[in-house]
Amino acid sequence: MSHVSMDKQRELQALAETVAALAIDDGADAAEVIVGAGQSLSVKIRQGQKELLHESESHGLGLRVFVNHRSAVCHTSDLNEAELRRFVHDTVELSQLSEPDELNELPDRQDLIPLGQSLLDLDLWDDQTAKLSAPELFDIARRTEAAALGFSKKITNSDGAGCDRNAGYMALALADKAGLGFSGSSRGTYCSFSVEALCDDEGGKKRNASFWSAHRFFQQLATPESVGQEAARRALRKLGAQKLATAELPVVFDSDASRALLRTLASVVSGGAIYRKSSYLCGREGTQVASPLITIVDDPLRPRGPGSRTFDGEGLAARRNVIVDQGILSGYLLDSYSARKLGRRSNGCAGRSVGGSPHVTTSNLILHAGTTEPQGLLDGIERGLYVTDMMGFGFNAVTGDFSRGAAGFLIENGQLTVPVSEVTISANFDDLLKRIDAVGSDLDERSSTMSPSLRVSKMTVAGH
Amino acid sequence: MHGHVAGVHPRHSESAFARLSDEDLRRLLHLALSKGGDYADLYFEHSQTASYVFEDERIKTVGRGVSLGLGVRVQRGEATGYAYCEGLDEAAMARAARTAAEIAESSARPGPQLIESRSIPSFYPVGVASLDSPAANKLDLLRRGDRAARAADRRIVKVVCSFSEEQREILIVTGDGRRYSDQQPLLRYGIHVVAEDGTKRQSGSGGGGGRYGIDYFAQRTPEHYASEATHVALAMLDAVEAPAGQLPVVLAAGDSGILLHEAVGHGLEADFNRKQTSNYSGRVGELVASELCTVVDDGTVSHSRGAINVDDEGAPGQRNVLIEHGRLRAYMQDHLSARIMGTTPSGNGRRQSFRHEPMPRMTNTYLLSGSDTPEDIIRSVNRGVFARRFSGGQVNISNGDFVFSLTESYLIEDGKITAPLKGVNLIGNGPDVLTKVSMVGHDFEMSDGIWTCGKEGQSVPVGIGTPTVKIAAITVGGTRT
Repeated sequence: MSHVSMDKQRELQALAETVAALAIDDGADAAEVIVGAGQSLSVKIRQGQKELLHESESHGLGLRVFVNHRSAVCHTSDLNEAELRRFVHDTVELSQLSEPDELNELPDRQDLIPLGQSLLDLDLWDDQTAKLSAPELFDIARRTEAAALGFSKKITNSDGAGCDRNAGYMALALADKAGLGFSGSSRGTYCSFSVEALCDDEGGKKRNASFWSAHRFFQQLATPESVGQEAARRALRKLGAQKLATAELPVVFDSDASRALLRTLASVVSGGAIYRKSSYLCGREGTQVASPLITIVDDPLRPRGPGSRTFDGEGLAARRNVIVDQGILSGYLLDSYSARKLGRRSNGCAGRSVGGSPHVTTSNLILHAGTTEPQGLLDGIERGLYVTDMMGFGFNAVTGDFSRGAAGFLIENGQLTVPVSEVTISANFDDLLKRIDAVGSDLDERSSTMSPSLRVSKMTVAGH
Repeated sequence: MHGHVAGVHPRHSESAFARLSDEDLRRLLHLALSKGGDYADLYFEHSQTASYVFEDERIKTVGRGVSLGLGVRVQRGEATGYAYCEGLDEAAMARAARTAAEIAESSARPGPQLIESRSIPSFYPVGVASLDSPAANKLDLLRRGDRAARAADRRIVKVVCSFSEEQREILIVTGDGRRYSDQQPLLRYGIHVVAEDGTKRQSGSGGGGGRYGIDYFAQRTPEHYASEATHVALAMLDAVEAPAGQLPVVLAAGDSGILLHEAVGHGLEADFNRKQTSNYSGRVGELVASELCTVVDDGTVSHSRGAINVDDEGAPGQRNVLIEHGRLRAYMQDHLSARIMGTTPSGNGRRQSFRHEPMPRMTNTYLLSGSDTPEDIIRSVNRGVFARRFSGGQVNISNGDFVFSLTESYLIEDGKITAPLKGVNLIGNGPDVLTKVSMVGHDFEMSDGIWTCGKEGQSVPVGIGTPTVKIAAITVGGTRT
């Protein structure tokens, strides 16, 4: 990276402002411009040898314009000035193909973060991460894989260890006939590494497991050795996995599997799903949708958080939103359009990428940890299923019917005994959330969706 | 954005790469091989996309996008160096070539003396590219779909129609001086509805497309897709809880080809087998399926979503028999795996875009017809499930477990299709389930073009197909024990 990154941020912000002004000059009533740029380096090691070195420098610009409540959303990776002029002109012209929608416009000016107001510093940038070199990344990957392969003779293969670092910049500008309404920019770093370990089981089957570490700050990553060993441990304990007999059982989800449950919930509390009637939670605000043990928040303001942001994709101040408060649905996540469709105000949850329109996204989605030690979730279970992996897409958002492939362990008398694979777990999601009768204390903070382990009193487990 | 609004002005029809001379290409390959790589290639891509969404009885969103760039790959042994640049700026292209070269650490190898254009087959000729057709025609397709869905039944309360189109031009230049170029059209129409009856609500979808011009929708009309979507949503209003446990399952022709994609397809991609991480590793020649099963991956299926005239590293699209009467015949190869495994590429080296390195991927994967009638197959089942439609599937390559998710299915009782079932997953183990294929229909059908396959973070369009198939026993993930 040859330039100073703060300059890069200013440069993108200036470009966003310029293009927004160009669109207004070209006849748009309002315009919103996002500019993104990033540098990333990614490596892979397999069997101790270099497998991949992938380096990229990317950039792009997205423009949304409004003309008499008609809109168009376009993007381009060509940022040269003459091309951009043509791009702006074409986008304004393209908006005439759409039909007027009174609700489709930029947020009200008074809702935007005022111009000139300094933005919160959430500490999302680490110089050390941004500067990691290819040899450093190869070294981390090599050590991670070596730790996995060296853990036991039974670890016979690896799908390789990868290590990535990214540095990204983003700028957003909104303007209308009265001039610039919002202008802001941000930057962030991210580094992650992982390995997949394999061992041989009966009948030519292989058992595999991966483990990973990720953080914005290099110093806060786990050690390569601990990650490699954990992947190996997880693969080994799957040896001899069997199918279970079909039964109704209590099910404990480890924090990885719980994260997937939380993503499922996120899909049915977004304003878009609600106004499209594509959620079983339509009309359920203020009612019980989960066990009283469950509190879920979306918190964009966590310092160093993987999903943190100071402003949303439409220039509104990002804020902490409580979604479920002790089992009661307290509110949906809204962007401007879905808020207007539902007769409300946005609560700052618009996500925006260069290639798409604004729509609701979560930032740091967190299910609050409980007080039960993870081992304690197994206490008192005579026979149950402990789920570590889920597969497939079996969720009907409209009805809440939930059915997924699962693997993990049989729980017998409060202990994990036999590894299990090739079963499905099913329940209506509304029942599933209400049947949570214990929440672990082991919140996993590695990704932007953070959950502890959970216990569900009863689900259908289908096997043989 | 390159070009102009479709239908308002003509799109630039000359190649986006016309400015690149053979001398430019030789220079870039020379830089890519300057550190002693065994092999290098250049992948230029110019992709133009457009999308239209119709919701609440109006054209809600229109959008266009363009991306243009070069990906440079260098191989040294089993190692790959990859770098890309956005745009075709000379300095940026040279920087990408030098960066990719860094994977090798010895003295320069010569690049090609001569760049020679190679011809490729043409599996998806299109008269007028969809992007060049008047926008009014596309808006009309959306309006017709919306109108038909609303008219189908008063219980239809929500309709969203969408149309997306892409025109991708690629230019591939290999380190040994071969030059290939292709124009790849792709379009997709989709309709999603919600039906409401008292407190019951359900959704349904329909859609299709492929590497066609917009005239495709003269045969497959918006009304047809609307009727598919509303049929599913209305039928599922009365869905009952699905059974849980092992049962016979009949998979309908067409979309059920997802079985082949998940149960065997991914496990036969050569990278997993070269690395011995697939449960099909080292099993060529063995019986891995019932003798009724012949499975093919075929890039040559005319106009299909997964068709390719040439793959993304210069191997022409071809038809490959993967499993013949139950016996494993071959893996799907890309350039790297083929070189290391001592065989030839099979036209399966694909990538999402110039930002991604190629890997072995499926094209159109299907099961050949057998001799049973679909009626006989259903009649043969005492109690089981008839599966018609799916939302997707997933597989664990290493142990072979796969799932696919049903969005439209019915109970079979005493040889007859009866009650609609709530959405469930089927889970099985690839080689195990394929040995349980006990009947294969004579009614082969390709699925309409809606499928996208994800692998290691890269998405590519694919096709699937199958005749009606009976699986003697597979685990059905319902709730009724």
